[in-house]
Amino acid sequence: MRNVSPVMQRELGAFFYSPIAYAVLTIFLLLLGIFFTATTFIPGNRSSLEYLADLMPVVFVLFLPVLTMRLLSDEYRTGTIETLMTAPVGESDVVIGKFLGAFVFFIVMLATTLLYAFIVSAYGQLDWGMLASTYLGMLMLGALYLSVGLFFSACSGNQIIAAISSMVLLLVFTFLSDYLAGKSGGALKLILRHLSIREHFHGFTRGLIDGNDIVFFVTSTGLFLFLTVKVLESRRWR
Amino acid sequence: MIDVKNLTKTYGSLRAVNNISFSVDEGEIVGFLGPNGAGKTSTIRILTCYHPATSGQATVGGYDVFTQSMQIRRMMGYLPEATPLYPEMRVREYLQFRGKLHGLDRSARLSAISRVTDRCWLGDFINRPIGQLSKGMKQRVGLADAMLCDPKVLVLDEPTIGLDPTQIRETRNLIKQLGEHHTILFSSHILSEVEQTCSKIILIAKGRVVAQGTPAELREKVSADSKIFVEVKGPAKEIQAVIDAIEGTRAVELDGAAEGEWNRFVITGTGQRDIREPVAKVIQDKGWGLRELRREVASLEDFFVKIIAEQEN
Repeated sequence: MRNVSPVMQRELGAFFYSPIAYAVLTIFLLLLGIFFTATTFIPGNRSSLEYLADLMPVVFVLFLPVLTMRLLSDEYRTGTIETLMTAPVGESDVVIGKFLGAFVFFIVMLATTLLYAFIVSAYGQLDWGMLASTYLGMLMLGALYLSVGLFFSACSGNQIIAAISSMVLLLVFTFLSDYLAGKSGGALKLILRHLSIREHFHGFTRGLIDGNDIVFFVTSTGLFLFLTVKVLESRRWR
Repeated sequence: MIDVKNLTKTYGSLRAVNNISFSVDEGEIVGFLGPNGAGKTSTIRILTCYHPATSGQATVGGYDVFTQSMQIRRMMGYLPEATPLYPEMRVREYLQFRGKLHGLDRSARLSAISRVTDRCWLGDFINRPIGQLSKGMKQRVGLADAMLCDPKVLVLDEPTIGLDPTQIRETRNLIKQLGEHHTILFSSHILSEVEQTCSKIILIAKGRVVAQGTPAELREKVSADSKIFVEVKGPAKEIQAVIDAIEGTRAVELDGAAEGEWNRFVITGTGQRDIREPVAKVIQDKGWGLRELRREVASLEDFFVKIIAEQEN
């Protein structure tokens, strides 16, 4: 675990050097700004960030895989994986370091949206407790998406393939499972509901912090990080 | 220091490394020589714990590459073939990062960085982004990185590839200097380079070790006959007959077209015997003109080419 911090610092540095990260940040803010003015910032509307929070799963599915696609595929493509993995660094240090680097960048990205909360609170009574639970939910959602993105980045030396695969998987588990749950019944409905990322996220946006949902996000994020470590280790079996 | 026994590596049906065995003693500079695709990089990647062998055993400093890779990675500096680096980082940042990975604390890192930047002439470039450096400079950064933790063993994969002649000479000298304190294994497909720097050569082709030993030992194995080139003014037929009569000549042949009265001959002697003196004597006795008399001992280069060609067939 000693090497988590240098890997994380390097990764975070790489984010701030990379034009893609700035492009993501810019489009993210532009999109949310437009959406905020169009839905929330209207006289007579409720003073909460519900609309914005409901939009987050869509936005994250599109944006976070773009942030993570580079993490490992770029190391494969340029061959730096060889210098990295022949240094005294464990696979888990690399994976956790890279994940945390992306997560910190994500936090910076998310922190900019707090501005909307302050704007709303200037014009009405904002429920700060509910806001806190919304942000907790967004952090958990983001962490899960980043871990899925990192996993696919470990699977391919091609960034585009990595990004698209993670987008597809995330779309299926965020929206399709939700949609299918609505169409089906019985045990299948129950299973699909439990697998739906959006279903687990929804509670947080309404100020409801459920142990179930926390366990879902923490374990699934952990699962994908674990799988990423295994993919990276698999090099040593071949 | 490095001990390799019956190492084999296959990629699918391709056998890149085929039952290789060799050893490198402490303090030796060993050249790993072979044509492109001979299995040099595959072997090196096994030794640096980057990927596993299909079968066989390899130890570095007594540690097994498969089960004790962490210990090996701590004591080894490695420069991969293409010198992969992070282009967005500055040289100093990169060396800092690599120092941290090797667990050097702040002061150890600073002294290590100043040591390697001196050694690899990186002083002027330390604050430049790596992406802006030339190929030769990047190579130096890679070398500096490999030396950063003062490793016992240095493994350099084609360290001079893509460099200009001056840089090649500098790198060679650097390797020689480093050999005083480190055990070095470096690969190359250029014979003269290995011959000049190494105390031992391991020649590999098609995944097999075809010869190993010091440059002198290998030269002894060169069994080809010596050749003498001579240029004489006189009647070609008669000259040929006279020289052929000298003891120790095996064959005399005309070498190229005559230049007026001047004829060139190639004389093949038996073994390593030097017959220049009797040749000069008979020519003088006959009163012919002589303007060149040169002996060529079969070189390591010939040996190298011959052995590789044998393997390919």
